[in-house]
Amino acid sequence: MTTLSERILGAPAGEYVDRPVDRAYVHDGTGVLTLEAWRALESGEIACPDRTYVLFDHIIPANTSTTADLQHELRKFACGAGLHFSDIGDGICHQLMGEGAALPGEIIVGADSHTCTLGAFGAFATGVGATDMAVIWASGSTWFRVPETIGVFLSGRLSGHSEAKDLALTYVSRLGMDGATYRALEFIGDGTTHLSMDSRMTLCNLAVETGAKTGLCYADAATAEYLRAFGEIVSTQAPPSCTYEHELDFELDDIIPVIAVPPRVDTVLPASDLCGLSLDQVFVGTCTNGRYEDLSRFASIVRGKKVRVRTIVAPASRTVLEDAAGTGILSDILAAGCTVIPPGCGPCLGAHMGVIGEGEVCLSTANRNFRNRMGVGGEIYLSSVSTAAASALAGEIALPGGDE
Amino acid sequence: MRIEGHAVCLPPDIDTDLIIAGRYLRTKDRSIWATHVFEDLDPGLAGRLRGSVIIAGNNFGCGSSREQAAVALKEAGVVCIIAPSFARIFFRNAINRGLPLAQADLSCRDGETVVVDFSAGTVTAGGISREVPPLSPRMIEILAAGGLVEHWRKRA
Repeated sequence: MTTLSERILGAPAGEYVDRPVDRAYVHDGTGVLTLEAWRALESGEIACPDRTYVLFDHIIPANTSTTADLQHELRKFACGAGLHFSDIGDGICHQLMGEGAALPGEIIVGADSHTCTLGAFGAFATGVGATDMAVIWASGSTWFRVPETIGVFLSGRLSGHSEAKDLALTYVSRLGMDGATYRALEFIGDGTTHLSMDSRMTLCNLAVETGAKTGLCYADAATAEYLRAFGEIVSTQAPPSCTYEHELDFELDDIIPVIAVPPRVDTVLPASDLCGLSLDQVFVGTCTNGRYEDLSRFASIVRGKKVRVRTIVAPASRTVLEDAAGTGILSDILAAGCTVIPPGCGPCLGAHMGVIGEGEVCLSTANRNFRNRMGVGGEIYLSSVSTAAASALAGEIALPGGDE
Repeated sequence: MRIEGHAVCLPPDIDTDLIIAGRYLRTKDRSIWATHVFEDLDPGLAGRLRGSVIIAGNNFGCGSSREQAAVALKEAGVVCIIAPSFARIFFRNAINRGLPLAQADLSCRDGETVVVDFSAGTVTAGGISREVPPLSPRMIEILAAGGLVEHWRKRA
């Protein structure tokens, strides 16, 4: 009678435990401080280089000489210490870990809040800061408080143009930005079974926007099939038989396209309420919505048409980009007038590659619409890929399928 | 451990982008973070933080895991943060950087003296005392050492 978090961490909710971690990763943003803190520890070598990853995704390629210097130092260190290293253009850290590295039952820590994305694989995956990560580099382990769990019961199937992102924004709005603080979310029920792995990653990605430590899906046949493509043979996880601290229910057939309005992820309105809102930029990508399924969905809507507003598309990884090139959807996206930027975080955090100006409005498929995040004085609305595609074609917020 | 400072009142859901914006992260120069802390919330606030106790609403430090947020606040002179709840990554980061946090729901008046007594488990502001839940023994050890790096070096 235990939750998946309790099962993986091996202790009941509320207990503090020390656990070795199976995988630990940083990106170019958090890696710099991690390296500085790790050097201050003077601990000798990295405890588990084969489980330690440095994945460049935040500001790639470097935007200034200061960034270049910081990246040069971290790159040199990672390669010298024999860590798993991926350079600019390989993709977003969470996506790369989700391409065959993260496995069911593992304990995974990332120096990035959206590490919870990997809960999609039935792993306990959570974000930590740089100093915590430095001690993990030194010792191979860290402490956790085993979280209480909120059970999110999903039934039915998403229909029409509704996506996992609409479901995710809907649950964030139901819970609020601190509705799951210190807790885990478990997505269960037949509605979860029907979701692809790409969609499950989207669903778990938003967990931290409710304050949750992580979001988890139980590994099932779909998980095993997805990982088999990466040469990993995994067992499924026995379905839950526990009592949750709190439960939420969603009938997926009732989920409609929604949009989170600035500056809060939990202020969510039906997309239909915002139709006609003029846009300056559309951004499709990120660890939330830059996977193949997303690009494919986007391409299917813009194919043969032209966008009416500047539209930036960032594949989540090199593999996604290569697949998109291979199947021809990349050509569709380019032909529609979109700007495709290197696989990575792109303008999501307002550092480069599509920063917005004062008074500008961006419709983004990312996960945060905080004040000034993508540029001082700019506003960010968050939507699904389909809504972003329909809106890019219209130059204003528009409903997917509106012209059918 | 007893901490005293002047209150700086902040609303709920202060995210780490507001504490230190993404455009200032690509440096190791802490003085840059201290100078630009809360810039997008109130550009004058950074100058009023030396010796302050921040009293905020729910969910302080939500959003990104950027540890620069905790470093910026400490570097700017914040001596403690009190809020009814904290985002969990920020919570760990602050403790790891030796910046004490207390969980309490307080009414706040800018500038009034706030006393946090971790040994007694109380915070006092405007003459009213409240109990605060104790930090875990490990967190107290880390704070006492001045941060996780110092704590680790002492243990090793």
